[in-house]
Amino acid sequence: MPSEVSERERKVLDIIETARAKRAKFRDAQITMAHGAGGKATASLIEGLLVPAFSNESLDQMADAGTVSVLGGQIVMTTDSFVVKPIVFPGGSIGDLAVNGTVNDVAMAGARPLALSLSLILEEGLPADTLKREVAAIAKAAEAAGVSIVTGDTKVVERGHCDEMYICTTGIGLLGDRTALSPSSLKPGDKILVSGRIGDHGTAIMLARGEFELDADIKSDTQCLWPMVDKLLDAAGPSLKCLRDATRGGVASVLNELARASRVAMIINEAAVPVHPAVAGAAEILGIDPMHVANEGKLVAIVAPEAADAALAALRSMPGGEEAAEIGECKTEPEGMVLMATAFGGKRVMDQLVGDPLPRIC
Amino acid sequence: MKYVDEFRDPALGEVLAGEILGLVEPGRHYKFMEVCGGHTHSIYKYGIDDLLPANVELVHGPGCPVCVIPMGRVDDGISLAHQPDVIFTCFGDMLRVPGSDGTLLDAKAEGADIRMVYSPLDALRIAKANPDRPVIFFAIGFETTAPSTALTLKRAKAEGVKNFFCMCNHVTIVPPLRALLDSPDLRLDGFIGPGHVSTVVGVRPFEFIPREYKKPISVAGFEPLDVLHAIHMILTQIKEGRCEVENQYARVVPYDGNPRALEVMSEVFELRPHFEWRGMGFISQSGLKLSEAYADMDAEIQYSVPGIRVADPKACQCGEVLKGVIKPWECKVFGSGCTPERPIGTCMVSSEGACAAYYNYGRFAREREVV
Repeated sequence: MPSEVSERERKVLDIIETARAKRAKFRDAQITMAHGAGGKATASLIEGLLVPAFSNESLDQMADAGTVSVLGGQIVMTTDSFVVKPIVFPGGSIGDLAVNGTVNDVAMAGARPLALSLSLILEEGLPADTLKREVAAIAKAAEAAGVSIVTGDTKVVERGHCDEMYICTTGIGLLGDRTALSPSSLKPGDKILVSGRIGDHGTAIMLARGEFELDADIKSDTQCLWPMVDKLLDAAGPSLKCLRDATRGGVASVLNELARASRVAMIINEAAVPVHPAVAGAAEILGIDPMHVANEGKLVAIVAPEAADAALAALRSMPGGEEAAEIGECKTEPEGMVLMATAFGGKRVMDQLVGDPLPRIC
Repeated sequence: MKYVDEFRDPALGEVLAGEILGLVEPGRHYKFMEVCGGHTHSIYKYGIDDLLPANVELVHGPGCPVCVIPMGRVDDGISLAHQPDVIFTCFGDMLRVPGSDGTLLDAKAEGADIRMVYSPLDALRIAKANPDRPVIFFAIGFETTAPSTALTLKRAKAEGVKNFFCMCNHVTIVPPLRALLDSPDLRLDGFIGPGHVSTVVGVRPFEFIPREYKKPISVAGFEPLDVLHAIHMILTQIKEGRCEVENQYARVVPYDGNPRALEVMSEVFELRPHFEWRGMGFISQSGLKLSEAYADMDAEIQYSVPGIRVADPKACQCGEVLKGVIKPWECKVFGSGCTPERPIGTCMVSSEGACAAYYNYGRFAREREVV
């Protein structure tokens, strides 16, 4: 017989679940680093202040990119700022991120990236060689992604008012007609895929800062995801429900957002989640869950069950997607929540990140 | 991960769970307290609750070092952080612990130079890199972390570092356990003993629990098989009518602990007559301060701190939760006034805190079978 749960306990648990499913309120007196971490505080800033202030059909979707109708066609537009510290790390630099991060947000809408703008905020005293190196990195990444940098801006601020350099990029892309992706289109039974090992970028940055005296051969996974998305759209077509790149807040945050937007539950099989052993080791030592660690070249795809195998094969056929895996599926109950079936045989709730284990990751 | 995965083997877990089922007397309810927050964390992280029969109930004890720091101490820390030129260092979990007027994270946003460190040695490194600024380390933790603070202070002294200070909030495990066992409303059948603390103090200090209070205890490791094994050991004691201290974590914990760590602790620290615990009030000889030889590095002596005792928020029942008298969900403000995003009591602050753990994972620990 099932264990007795008192009516009062059930009531309290129901209150918690209602609160979880609600749009977050922004009630803080000032901005703290937690508002930049991609977890709950960030959600409260976006959902509680920004989206209500500018509400419109495209923004309210809260996708990685917005859409604009132009002459009967659909243009996708997105913008991103990059403040990563240090600006160079194993596997890439701020220049790579500035291109790939924005291009990937365009790609997550299912759109072919076309062009970028580039704004540079430079600190007085920045060595010209550093700037030249990053400009070269930007040019190379843009070429690899097949986008042109068509406009830009430069500003210089006094020494100490920015940390070497910050970059803002805005990207546009052209939406095709292979499918309409939406974070609210998920249905019970849909499969959840990731395109490879998770947590590499965040771990690489963490180790590059040298604060932990840990040493491991981990490189940032920064890469342009459009070729992978292109292939995925061909393989799965309308069965592809939604795409997200799992940056700040990691895969866990993406899944929580989607579960809430579509009012489904998700169950993730811990043993199926691909994690580099060194990332797992670093996370273990630092008490961080790899599901909360940032990625810069990994996508989460939600696919209808009949197309899951084809989608997985498509991901695995692409460079950077060799270790793609199906990690779980959507269920009916409990609505809006993500559960992890642990490798040990139990279950736990996989919540969004609270607080900030690691600021300025991108 | 080698030497870790072996202790997370689901097949062995199933075997142990099966044996536990066999040890449980049908119709009897068992309440065991895991003393250490690390165990609470493991229990939720691996879903260990799911593998236990529902009449084996785990109660979360007072062993989360962040959870037991009272508001007044947080206020004192914030006041130190606001002193001119000070670089204030502490562990990350401490940043979100509410004082009477905000957290250290808020103080940081207001301009205080507060830096998160992972070890007291990181704080000392910051002090050496900034010789013209005072660097204060906010030390917390049981006997597990106290030796590393002691060694760091010893090193700072030996190297003649003049700008390194410590606000000591270290506590000891035995006095609060005794306070718990003395409390009349407590009903427990046994203890999962704190493995990390025991690596330092050993198993001997827990002998009083079976001797004086007639409760079995098993000092346990932190992997899921360790926790299940400890529960197995306690249930076996009960079944066989024994009552003693057992050491499940013998691969790490020597019976007499770590004499060198104890030695450095006794050199650097001395017992405070009283120390306040959040929700449990003042407990005699439960806190450590810097010894006289280290007084010039004691931030509480070198700086004036308000030192005002702030009463725990009235609605908050962290004390009862820590004592295991009520479950987190039975607290009046749980889930409404007090959530992980806006905690009132410290049980909600740290992910190791009983309330945060229950808030995040509670619902799925309840659909178990009763034997």
